[in-house]
Amino acid sequence: MSEVLLAPRSLWSLSLHDAKVRGVLYQVLLAGSLLALVVSIAIQTASNMRARGIPLSFGFWNETAGFDINQTLIPYDTLSTYGQAFWVGVVNTLYVSLLGIVLATLLGFVVGIARLSPNWIVAKVAASYVEVIRNVPLLLQLLFWYNAVLKPLPTPRASIELPGGIYLNNRGLIIPEIQLHEGAGSVGLAFLAGTMLCFAYRFHARRVQDRTGKQLPVLRVSLAALIGLPLIVFFLVGSPVSFVTPELRGFNFRGGHQLYPEFAALLIGLSAYTASFIAEIVRSGIQAVPKGQTEAAHALGLAPGKTLRLVTVPQALRIIIPPLTSQYLNLTKNSSLAVFIGYPDLVQIFAGTVLNQTGAAVQVMAITLSVYLAISLVTSMVMNAFNRRFAIVER
Amino acid sequence: MQAILKGLMAAAVALAASNASAATIEDVKKNGILTCGTNSATAGFSLPDNEGKWTGFVVDYCRAVAAAVLGDAQKVRFIPLTPKDRFTALQSGEIDILAHNATWTSSRDTSLGILFAGTYFYDGQGFMVRKAENIGSAKDLDGASICVTQGTTTELNLADYFRSHSISYSTVGFADEEAVVKAYEEGRCDVLSADSSTLNASRQRMANSDDSIVLPELISKEPLGPAVRQGDDHWFNVAKWTLLVMVSAEELGVTSQNVDEMKSSENPNIRRLLGVEGSIGKDLGLADTWSVDVIKQVGNYGEVFDRNIGKDSPLKMERGLNALWNQGGLQYAPPVR
Repeated sequence: MSEVLLAPRSLWSLSLHDAKVRGVLYQVLLAGSLLALVVSIAIQTASNMRARGIPLSFGFWNETAGFDINQTLIPYDTLSTYGQAFWVGVVNTLYVSLLGIVLATLLGFVVGIARLSPNWIVAKVAASYVEVIRNVPLLLQLLFWYNAVLKPLPTPRASIELPGGIYLNNRGLIIPEIQLHEGAGSVGLAFLAGTMLCFAYRFHARRVQDRTGKQLPVLRVSLAALIGLPLIVFFLVGSPVSFVTPELRGFNFRGGHQLYPEFAALLIGLSAYTASFIAEIVRSGIQAVPKGQTEAAHALGLAPGKTLRLVTVPQALRIIIPPLTSQYLNLTKNSSLAVFIGYPDLVQIFAGTVLNQTGAAVQVMAITLSVYLAISLVTSMVMNAFNRRFAIVER
Repeated sequence: MQAILKGLMAAAVALAASNASAATIEDVKKNGILTCGTNSATAGFSLPDNEGKWTGFVVDYCRAVAAAVLGDAQKVRFIPLTPKDRFTALQSGEIDILAHNATWTSSRDTSLGILFAGTYFYDGQGFMVRKAENIGSAKDLDGASICVTQGTTTELNLADYFRSHSISYSTVGFADEEAVVKAYEEGRCDVLSADSSTLNASRQRMANSDDSIVLPELISKEPLGPAVRQGDDHWFNVAKWTLLVMVSAEELGVTSQNVDEMKSSENPNIRRLLGVEGSIGKDLGLADTWSVDVIKQVGNYGEVFDRNIGKDSPLKMERGLNALWNQGGLQYAPPVR
């Protein structure tokens, strides 16, 4: 029998009875027809667009945009180009997504751990948060935050005055503007020195612990270096900072920084919604760590806080990180719901106003899709690298 | 595997074959219905009534086109569109004709693949503010928050106006016109800016309409008109002359009430307009009775204006620029002959 199986045969016998040849043939056919499909769609689209007189070029990129955007992190005015408007949109999308990811992660971890709390009230509050927030559509939550919470705030003239020259009204939160004077640089340098000091002390503490088993107060020293040092320098150079307090003139406040309600509603909505999913991921991740691990740690005499930090969480992270990546991607993509509450993100500015003013629908949509794809791929890449650090090293 | 391959090939073939025809009029006649893109909700211009029937000034224009092509003003399917989506819907062939409050501009005529077929309403951009602010002129709007609809000429005019007058302002933009009005009503903005016709229509629908006023200044020219796709001259002519025939009818005193008697008029202009003499219907590829159908079923320009936005409507707008040329306005139709 074995002789038959091992009988030498030509690798490239071109017989259709050969499963290998058939396999290759099918793959070539499939890839070829997929390619043909894509090419024919592209040719068809181009010829239809030409036939209808719709512009096919990207020439609009350098034309003057001529419209205003109320929230920009990079320089932009009405004389800027459509290309600059595009970058304003990209930066605004990234800004709200990054902040949202940070807030959602913090809130999600807190709620997820709280759900496992032995305290009945804490656990129930966390559980109801998760059940309420994740079961209501995100768009409704955004509209709720914007229309029911932030818009009914008082008008600028009846602003709520908070301590420290901060005002809250239906145009947003207006905080004093920080102006830096001479000597402010040295405070920055002090902060940098403090950071380096932190690392050095941590390294030292590790060494001491490895050698003697003695633990040094890393947290307290770090805080002193990070906050205390810059603070001392700050007063030594004579408080090189002044505040421009916002002032009500005419319709609105002048001076100061403004946090717009559209941005706040989007950030709160996205963070709260995604946090409810992250909380469940964290809870399941922690519960998936065998109970024996905790018991063993306790048996070794580790305090509950240390058990969580040194034993449970590192193992849980292996389970948590992959689904966490999906949540980050979702949050970024969901930020495009900004259109409904008037926050100028990429979709609102570029796939909205720019598309409409230029009429270049296909080009604008293609660029917008590519941007989201690129953001998602980069997020995945970063998270996968992070995951590799935490994954079990297989030998 | 083979099934998938077959499916893919079929899809590719189908795609290649689905080249939309350029002759819109043939499509409309074949389907027996005109697909018309309008505003989603602008009182007086385009709004479904209590029974879901679309009414309004631009809606009546669509009905006139349907009467001209199909002989029945009711054979229209209305697609409500936001300003942001309206031109894409026309470009892509989703609608046959766009009857929106869209401003006719050079760039829209040349770079969007569409053509404006006339002006059914001469408008200008204005500002609405709360009376309590005691604002008399747009120049007093320094520092104001202004609500606007995205993807409109409004956005561009605002930027031009405030830049040239060195006045600071900040915009809050929404794609949906109703969201814009809502944001103004709830105090998110100090000012609502739009075409003055839209401002009046929005004010009509506000809960506290008496708290707001429309400032006297108009900062731009906004000729609003219907638009069709480029490269279909026949359809462009139908769209253009349907409007012009309505204007001519008003000028010649032909109304929906007297159109049948007018057919026996001695006036050669009226006889040509109503297809008793001449061959304009045939030349446009329409029935000889097309203009009679339009006037009888929808009315002349003045009737449509008065009924929807003028003296017989809650909006009570003046004819102003939209009066006939011989009555101090701009509405002028080239001769039918």
